[in-house]
Amino acid sequence: MLDFNILFPSVLNGITTGAVYALIALGLTLIYGVLHIINFAHGASLMVALYGVYMLKQHFGVDPYMALPIMVPAMFVLGYALQRGVINRASHGKDENILLVTLGLSIVLENLALLFFKSDTRTIETAYTLTTVQIGPAFIALPKLVSFAGALVVSAVLLLIVQKTDLGRAIRAVSKEKQGARLMGIDVDHVYAMCFGLGLASLGAAACFLMPAYYVNPQVGNGFVLVAFTIVVLGGMGSFAGALLGGLLIGVVESLGGLLLGESLGQVGIFVIFIAVLLLRPQGFFGAKA
Amino acid sequence: MTSRRTFMGQSAAAASALAFPLVGGAQPKPVKVGVLHPVTGALAYSGQQCRMGALMAIEDINKAGGIKSLGGAKIEAMLGDAQSSPQAGTAEIEKMNEAGVSAVVGAFASAICLATTQAAAKYNLPHVVDVGVADQIVERGLKNTFRFGPGYKKCAEVAVSSLHVLNTAAGKPARTVMIVHEESLFGTGTANLLAKELPGYGYEVKEIIKHANPTRDFNNIALRIKQVNPDILIPANYYNEYALLVRTLQQQKITPKAIYSVLGGAASSYKFVKEFPEAANGIIDCNHWFNPKDKRSAELRKRVEAQGQFFSYEVFMTYTAMMLLADAIERAKSPDRAAIIDALASSKFANHIMPYGPTNFVNGQNMGAQPLMTQVHKGDIKVIVPRDYREIEPIFPLKG
Repeated sequence: MLDFNILFPSVLNGITTGAVYALIALGLTLIYGVLHIINFAHGASLMVALYGVYMLKQHFGVDPYMALPIMVPAMFVLGYALQRGVINRASHGKDENILLVTLGLSIVLENLALLFFKSDTRTIETAYTLTTVQIGPAFIALPKLVSFAGALVVSAVLLLIVQKTDLGRAIRAVSKEKQGARLMGIDVDHVYAMCFGLGLASLGAAACFLMPAYYVNPQVGNGFVLVAFTIVVLGGMGSFAGALLGGLLIGVVESLGGLLLGESLGQVGIFVIFIAVLLLRPQGFFGAKA
Repeated sequence: MTSRRTFMGQSAAAASALAFPLVGGAQPKPVKVGVLHPVTGALAYSGQQCRMGALMAIEDINKAGGIKSLGGAKIEAMLGDAQSSPQAGTAEIEKMNEAGVSAVVGAFASAICLATTQAAAKYNLPHVVDVGVADQIVERGLKNTFRFGPGYKKCAEVAVSSLHVLNTAAGKPARTVMIVHEESLFGTGTANLLAKELPGYGYEVKEIIKHANPTRDFNNIALRIKQVNPDILIPANYYNEYALLVRTLQQQKITPKAIYSVLGGAASSYKFVKEFPEAANGIIDCNHWFNPKDKRSAELRKRVEAQGQFFSYEVFMTYTAMMLLADAIERAKSPDRAAIIDALASSKFANHIMPYGPTNFVNGQNMGAQPLMTQVHKGDIKVIVPRDYREIEPIFPLKG
């Protein structure tokens, strides 16, 4: 029943869908994986970014890919401001409070979106939305190929920031030993906010890559949050390569699961793999042993 | 001691004051009606469209003088949010009962209606179902439940028999069918009914694919459709998934002889037609639709569009459901729940824009209700079947 002509496109489609998941998980791996902040507002932040891309296209005619230089810094600023102005203040720096604050923040963001945009699902049309590229027997939508390339670039940029810059060194220091970093003169609150900013900036990029082929409504982020958390744990907390690989793997598993088990059951595969990894390699693919 | 004549005179004065409170200078007490929809959550778009329809109807009723048999009493809406879940819908019914509503109109999705009608039955609270197409809603013997529109059994029957008429007229180019449906009560029920009906007309149902809400990617389903290569594809799902599915079909260059939706969430939607003009073109849908020959439907559409909204089926279904209820309250001459239920049960409501004729309820189902077949044509939606309401000649099959 399953011939190459179906399996090959399905795997390829899984990889390109997985790239989008990876893009969304990259920001989370920085926030959750490195700083151990459980950011339940990640999905809602993605929704905000998607509305940003939508507004730029509808009101100013800015192409979603051309919106990258606007959305990435804008989301960075939003992330920085949210962490310093809301999350850090309201949680008083306590990890357990952060969880509740981000959950509350996601509810606020979703309801604000409902207020301003109503629950209407919105899409945008671009000249390339329906363009497909043929690879063997597979037709892959051009926006998906672009997101695949985008995921690689964004993870490389994040990796460079963390490995090669002073900020990266500070992030790593804070993630290992917060008090020690503070004693060495690192402004921990600033580093947290920068991390949040970077996390949301990568969501800004993800939104630019996602919007040409997807839709936005106030609840759109919810569909991605659980998958993103799974990918972060699967890849190894804080590992960008892990998030990328985890994203691609989840994409393929979901795609093949849907093909073999039926669309409703397809997602079961994600969680089977997740549990298997937790049992056999709890630190994830690329995570260091505790 | 008062004489018999004085007593009679005073009683008559009191009675007329009660019957026409305005005479006595008092405003008639408004009739509270629950307007219950999923205005947040996954079904929020549909829920908000329904709410808009209900509120427009209430505005029209009140502007036209309210409930005249109650001295011009206005209808007052108590808004409820079912949050796209049956549990939240039930909780809202409890609140509405406490608040003393006379009746409820709602609650869009079948699964929610199933719960809310049951909850309302406990309090003998009349519940007019605006959309909810599952037939189980009206098959449980609930005396409080009335559905003005057709159920999915009726829709599936009309869809399949109409498909057969179209196919026969075209020289029977289509033989195989594939059904793609969402996994809740509406999609699953519709798919089961279609799968039962289609073989009787000589069609082979090649495969039935169920998908979750939300589904983020339809490529797998598209691949499967490509592999099976059915003559006809029947989708039964809500707006978001429908739009993604059709977009993916285009990307994968899949062009069946017809996309033939049954209660498709997007194919009878002006929003869909406007946003995806190319993908929507030619799609046939069997769905709730207004009488295109009734001038009032065009006027209502204009009013809705003037608000920057689309005239989707949710709007006119809930609009007319509210009108049906107002007519029943008018005839009941009372905000009393039992009286309204009696009035609904014997309703012969005919002053509406739907292609149903006068209401005729049997077990709460309006037997005259019927869906129409529409086809997207040149950026608009036109009725093709039945002939009485036909606006354009159907184009079937789409490709040779």
